[in-house]
Amino acid sequence: MAVTAYSGAEQYNFDIVKKFAVMSLVWAVVGMSVGVYIAAELAWPFLNFDSPYFSFGRFRPVHTSAVIFGFGGSALFATSYYVVQRTCQARLFSDGMASFTFWGWQTIIVLAALSYVMGYSQGREYAEMEWPIDLLIEVVWVAYLILYVGTIMRRKQPHIYVANWFYLSFILATALLHTFNNLAVPVDLFSMKSYSLFSGTQDAMVQWWYGHNAVGFFLTAAFLGMMYYFVPKQAGRPIYSYRLSVVHFWALSFMYMWVGAHHLHWTALPDWTSSLAAAFSILLLMPSWGGMINGIMTLSGAWDKLRTDPVMRFMIVALSFYGMSTFEGPMMSLKEVNALSHYTDWTVGHVHSGALGWVAMISFGSLYHMMPRLWDTTLYSRKLIEWHFWLATIGIVLYIVAMWISGITQGLMWRAFDEFGNLQYSFVESVAAMMPFYAMRAIGGMFFLTGTVLMAINIFMTIRQGKRESAAPDAGLAVRMAQA
Amino acid sequence: MNINFKHEWIETNIGLMSVLTMLAISVGGLVEIAPLFFIDETIEKVEGVRPYTPLEQRGRDIYIREGCYTCHSQMIRPFRDEKLRYGHYSLAAESQFDHPFQWGSKRTGPDLARVGGKYSNEWHVQHMVAPRSMVPESVMPNYPWLLSTPLDLSDLVGRMNALRKVGVPYSLSQAEYGANVTRFGETVAGQLHIPDARKNLIEQANFGNYDGDRSGISEMDAMVAYLQVLGTMVDFSKYADDAFVDNR
Repeated sequence: MAVTAYSGAEQYNFDIVKKFAVMSLVWAVVGMSVGVYIAAELAWPFLNFDSPYFSFGRFRPVHTSAVIFGFGGSALFATSYYVVQRTCQARLFSDGMASFTFWGWQTIIVLAALSYVMGYSQGREYAEMEWPIDLLIEVVWVAYLILYVGTIMRRKQPHIYVANWFYLSFILATALLHTFNNLAVPVDLFSMKSYSLFSGTQDAMVQWWYGHNAVGFFLTAAFLGMMYYFVPKQAGRPIYSYRLSVVHFWALSFMYMWVGAHHLHWTALPDWTSSLAAAFSILLLMPSWGGMINGIMTLSGAWDKLRTDPVMRFMIVALSFYGMSTFEGPMMSLKEVNALSHYTDWTVGHVHSGALGWVAMISFGSLYHMMPRLWDTTLYSRKLIEWHFWLATIGIVLYIVAMWISGITQGLMWRAFDEFGNLQYSFVESVAAMMPFYAMRAIGGMFFLTGTVLMAINIFMTIRQGKRESAAPDAGLAVRMAQA
Repeated sequence: MNINFKHEWIETNIGLMSVLTMLAISVGGLVEIAPLFFIDETIEKVEGVRPYTPLEQRGRDIYIREGCYTCHSQMIRPFRDEKLRYGHYSLAAESQFDHPFQWGSKRTGPDLARVGGKYSNEWHVQHMVAPRSMVPESVMPNYPWLLSTPLDLSDLVGRMNALRKVGVPYSLSQAEYGANVTRFGETVAGQLHIPDARKNLIEQANFGNYDGDRSGISEMDAMVAYLQVLGTMVDFSKYADDAFVDNR
């Protein structure tokens, strides 16, 4: 029945949303391809090809930046601009600024990737960009903040919808973290090289305060914002509990900032800091699961959608992985567990159950919901979504199971003693034992990547279909009438 | 006090919401990070730790450029197995001149915090050029270009000046040099004097002959010099076994 025209070209700035949404898929394919490649390098080191540009150490930040900031970042820009306009019933207050954030952000990702392979790196995980790129990020981010808050100020509703709280918290926290973690003195104005302001222990603490909150705000709070809009929309039901969203929003924002030091258990960081971080990590389970419960329970009364709606399935599986990772995380922050898991592949598996299972799956679900609406059409192929879903899910399971086995094996081999009290294994024996699991991980990644490519094809065809329909409005109307 | 608080106040006021969110996200960092700069016990008082010589520092720059930290940690934990495998657990003092820190988070390869002196220069060179010729099961990439690329000395002084600005006690003036003599002794203080940086670097590279080729200074010279100093600065035989326990 719903055949009313949806494209509010005059009312909303959907052009910017479309651009970011398309780029998020482009970066997903690029970033995940690089991910599969570096995974393969670990299993078959000849793939490094004696080349500085493709060697694992320089290529790994290309993967992390392309997926976190390219794919994740673009998906967040796209959905946040969509959500803020629709929930505030107001157009972004400046098209020029919106456009600036788009071109600025894409430039940042391209420059970052190029600079890493050229050998420019700050040597800080997930913040490898050198100082000129950091400054550009700072400028783009402030523009984003102003645009976001400015648009909320133009809202037609007195209330600010809960999704916007999370997006706002993410934008503010990212600004804070990025600024302090990247304080550095450049060699000179025309040099890409800089040295960080802090050193040793303090530097480690600042970096992991940044590092874990890149996870907490960039990869969690922001995607919860996404969840709070798209899950109820796709389910056609209101959010399960308003009260729960209030409580878990404040608890999550407050507590996440304390937990970074659990990356530094048993190191030269003073014990009080990492113990405090561990305590907050365990507490954090509650607000995390608050979000998961609020999302999943939104479906109550409409559980049949899990069977009938593949887009809904992406979202619910995402929330399930979110719940799983946010249980695993606090467990790994316990000192005794961390003594085994730290420095091993277990951590890598944990990150990917969050990044693939939660971040990517909720983004896929949201993009599947949003993109056909942006082009005023319906999804090209439901069958491709089904295929994407199963490829992605099997890929994640292969990946994290491989990393659980290899991680725990490494941890146990390193600490094994023989009957005389000597170390039982040399280090390289643990390396050799990893080979089958590194291969399995690369295959899991390939499954996931294949699913993403199918999505890109599906969306490409959807956009084409949308354009064709708008060129021939009567035909488009007929198609939707038939489907309604 | 009978203020009937309503969350509605916050969610209808973007200014209030921004301020409160900012407060909520600022506390954790303030409480956990700020004290590390003021509590004296954070960094142990220990003899021997000095800033890197110009050659070692250039090696460290290359270590960062190649992303070695993505597979190697430099932080030994206080466990029996790590002591046997790598040596005494790492002290905060040992990375006090490291801008940035390179503790790492992953051991695809072994920890390198005390790799200095464990292998010969020749072993390192061969291992970096072709790791599997030394360790058949290794998955480390080959780094042949380190041996064939001459070390860039053009911005050496700029690099040391920048490090001096962030707090490494490299000296520019005679007064600073004098302070370094008192703090580190004359030999080390000479190495930390920025005006002599180029001369010091060339001398150390020629004397150490790290890459086995005296005809020029390669990136390999710097890299091996850096690896060979890692973890060697503190003489742990001077300290009791539990000397640093209270700092943890």
